Amino acid sequence: MKTRARNLEEPAVASMEALGFKLDEVPRWNCCGAVYSLADDDLIHQVAPVRNLIRVKKQGKTELVTLCAFCLNTLKRANLLMRQDAEKRNTLNDFVDEGIDYGGEVKVVHLLEVLRDEIGWEALSQKVKLPLQELKVAPYYGCTLLRPREVAIDNVEDPTILGNFLKALGANPVDFPESTRCCGSYQVVSSPHDISEYTRPILSSASGHGAEALVLTCPLCDYNLGRGQKELTKKGSGFKEIPLFYFTQLLALALGRGPAASGSCSGAGSPGMSF
Amino acid sequence: MSVTISSKRLHREFVKKVKELSGQNLKLCYQCGLCTGNCPAAVNMDISPRRIIELARLGLEEEIATSKTVWVCASCLACAVNCPRGFDLSKLMEAIRLLTLRKNVDHIRPEDIPQQERCDLPQIAMVSGLRKFTG
Repeated sequence: MKTRARNLEEPAVASMEALGFKLDEVPRWNCCGAVYSLADDDLIHQVAPVRNLIRVKKQGKTELVTLCAFCLNTLKRANLLMRQDAEKRNTLNDFVDEGIDYGGEVKVVHLLEVLRDEIGWEALSQKVKLPLQELKVAPYYGCTLLRPREVAIDNVEDPTILGNFLKALGANPVDFPESTRCCGSYQVVSSPHDISEYTRPILSSASGHGAEALVLTCPLCDYNLGRGQKELTKKGSGFKEIPLFYFTQLLALALGRGPAASGSCSGAGSPGMSF
Repeated sequence: MSVTISSKRLHREFVKKVKELSGQNLKLCYQCGLCTGNCPAAVNMDISPRRIIELARLGLEEEIATSKTVWVCASCLACAVNCPRGFDLSKLMEAIRLLTLRKNVDHIRPEDIPQQERCDLPQIAMVSGLRKFTG
C-alpha cells in the first residue's frame, strides 16, 4: 500500500477527507500475513493480525478500517477466532507481549462498508462533484470480500455493494457473472503462466457485457488481472485490454480529488487512462 | 483413474492428522461435486476437489501426496461457500499441504523464482505465496 498500491491508499485518504473523515493510521502496524491460516493448530500465524488488532484497542479505538480486501479477510477472521475460541484466545494472549489482553473487541470493516453504512449512498452521491458520466464499470469483487460467509461484507451470491457505490458516483455498473471468480491469487508465484487463463474468463465476461473498465479492491487482483490481460493481448486472438481502477481512484475522481490523489498509474497492467 | 481400496492401504495416522489440522468432519461430504463445479482451478488439477475428499477419507495418502491438486488450490473458498453440507474443503487442502511442508519439503524455493519475477511481483503475492508454498 505504501509502495506498489499507493494508488489504492492515497485516493482513499484524500476522499475520506473530502467526506469529512480523517483516517488515522495504526501506529507500528505490521503485515497481517496476507492469507489467513486455515490450519486448526497453527496459532503462530495468528500473531501478526492479532497484534494489529491489539494496537488498535490500545489506541482506544473501536473500529479498524481496511482498504485492502486481503487485509480485511485476514484481520476479520483472526478477530472472530479471538472472540469465539476461548482456549486459542488465552494461548495467544499469553504469547503476544503487548501489555493488554484482547478478546475481539475491535470491529473490522472495509472502507466500502463505511461508505455504505456510515455515510450512505444518497449522502455520498450528494458529495459527488464530477459524476462519472455513466461510465460502464464492471464491479469485480474477487474472493476475500465475500468468502467465507462469516466475514462477507455483502450477500455472497448476489453482492450489490460495489454496484451501489458506482451508481452513487454516477457510473453505470455492469453486472457480469464472473464478478466473484478468483483471479488466481498467490498462484502467480508458483505458476505465473497460468494467470492469463485464470483471468481470461473474468476480463472477457466483463468486456462481453459491455464494461469499459473494471473496479477492484485488492492489490493482488490488480496485479493478476493487469498481468493476465497483457499476456492475453500478446497471445492475440483479438483480446482487448480494459482499464482497471481501484474503487478509491474512482471515488477520488468523482469527489474532485482525482488529479492530486490518484496519480497517473491505474494498475500494473492497465492500459493508459490517466486522470 | 482407478484406485484400489483396501484396509491395508488405509493410512489411519494420515486420516487422523488431516482431521486434526483441518478441523473438518470428512464424513459430511456426500460427493455431490459442487466443489469441483465451482472451482476455478479444477481445470489445472490432476485429481478433482471432490475426489480429494474421498481419497482423504479412504486414507489413500500416496495418491494424494503425489497429486498436484493441493498446490493448485488458490484458497478462494468457492468450494466452501457452495457446499450444501457445510464442509470447508479449503481447510482440508491446507491440512494436506502442511503435512508435506512440515516435513521440511517446500513446494517452491524463493531462490528459484527468476529475479525479474521477484522484482515484479507485489508484496501481497510474495507473502501469500511463500506462506502457502513453504514451511
